[in-house]
Amino acid sequence: MTETFEKVEDIEIRLLLDALYHRYHYDFRNYAMASIRRRLRQAREQLGYPTISALQESALHDPDILPILLRYLTVQVSEMFRDPSYFQAIREKVIPHLRTYPSLKIWIAGCSSGEELYSFVILFREEGLEERTIFYATDINPEALAQAESGIYDLERIRLFTENHRRAGGKTSLSDYYHSGYNRCVFDKSLRRQVVFSDHSLVTDQVFGEMQFVSCRNVMIYFDRDLQDRAIGLFKDALPRNGFLGLGAKETLRFSAHANAFRDFVREEKIYQRAGA
Amino acid sequence: MMDAAGGAVIIGASAGALEALSLILPELASDFPRPILVIVHVPPDKRSVLAAIFGAKCQLRAVEAEDKEPIEPGVIYFAPPDYHLLIEDEKTIALSDEDQVLFSRPSIDVAFESAAEVWGKSLTGIILTGANHDGAQGLRAVADAGGTALVQDPEGAYAPTMPEAAIAACPQARVLSLESIASYLQGIAS
Repeated sequence: MTETFEKVEDIEIRLLLDALYHRYHYDFRNYAMASIRRRLRQAREQLGYPTISALQESALHDPDILPILLRYLTVQVSEMFRDPSYFQAIREKVIPHLRTYPSLKIWIAGCSSGEELYSFVILFREEGLEERTIFYATDINPEALAQAESGIYDLERIRLFTENHRRAGGKTSLSDYYHSGYNRCVFDKSLRRQVVFSDHSLVTDQVFGEMQFVSCRNVMIYFDRDLQDRAIGLFKDALPRNGFLGLGAKETLRFSAHANAFRDFVREEKIYQRAGA
Repeated sequence: MMDAAGGAVIIGASAGALEALSLILPELASDFPRPILVIVHVPPDKRSVLAAIFGAKCQLRAVEAEDKEPIEPGVIYFAPPDYHLLIEDEKTIALSDEDQVLFSRPSIDVAFESAAEVWGKSLTGIILTGANHDGAQGLRAVADAGGTALVQDPEGAYAPTMPEAAIAACPQARVLSLESIASYLQGIAS
């Protein structure tokens, strides 16, 4: 009984994802099922639909529901300098290499609401590399991109950001970069001088330039294996030999079809370097 | 014992977890036929040492789970701090950044519910000591999917809240001492 029901629900989920693709060209069809299932159940319950199919009908006929569904389907949890040791490793081990380039392109793939982007810009400013760098911050969710571009965060989060920045070996005070009021803090617009924000999908879009560093953390955990391979294939194409790829703390290239195209650079921080060929 | 090779064991624990798990995991022989997933609440900013501790204590291999890792029998997988752990149908690990559930990430409920969908009847879910209610709904999901539900006897638990909540949500669960849970699992192997 239960099993039959579950199967029906999986069919409904596939149909809903198909609908979103055909109607709006948002392609979640190769997202990891376990998490998609959980989030669509949440959406169904919280939005008050009896079934996923009913939610699908609304999604097809009412475009206003799209941004709401995107909030469920794209996870937006991040913090500045999340995993401080990752940024410390970039500062100590990657930056010395990047210094040797006259100009740099850095891609924050799946930048969500921008916390990781600002972490990179601040780090590069501290290291004197900001001026020669262009940062590409991309995401599929326009709401998240708009938030990233605004650089506004809840004041209550700033303590964690500050502590992370310090633990990442920050050479300045984080408070140099924002002003606060009304329980919010607004990051200085000069931090966006070198940034290009863009709508880009790792599922359906192509590479748009040669990068020296791609940081894509905790984005591909929501992809299935095939889609993860596609995304890593993009990074492989975007990175010249010795270019760097940073993943989330618990992600790995071990199970990827492109594992051989990269070698460990800082193994414990999941920083990889593009191998030759 | 039904389908010993195809199934899995999932364990949830919080306050007092280290001591409780120390009475169970080292008892399992190196040919234990199922994977063992262990969800313990650990502070988000810490590197977890659980896999290292139990790797040294146990006859089974113990690892901190990584995303997309295939789940193999006879391996103990610890959920990493600050991620939810879910299971894909093809029996691989799926990590997630989604919001905390009951103030927890990893959430025992999330992992148990996901494992129940994948393994159904051949899953054994075990709730041990802990000071909150996480795991109660998850254990219920294990039982509802036809799996075996075990709970550490709250009497002897370091923190009885979690086993008590699990028993309340899942009255059909068997309530056992840690030693009996260890023997039960040894029984799966034989």
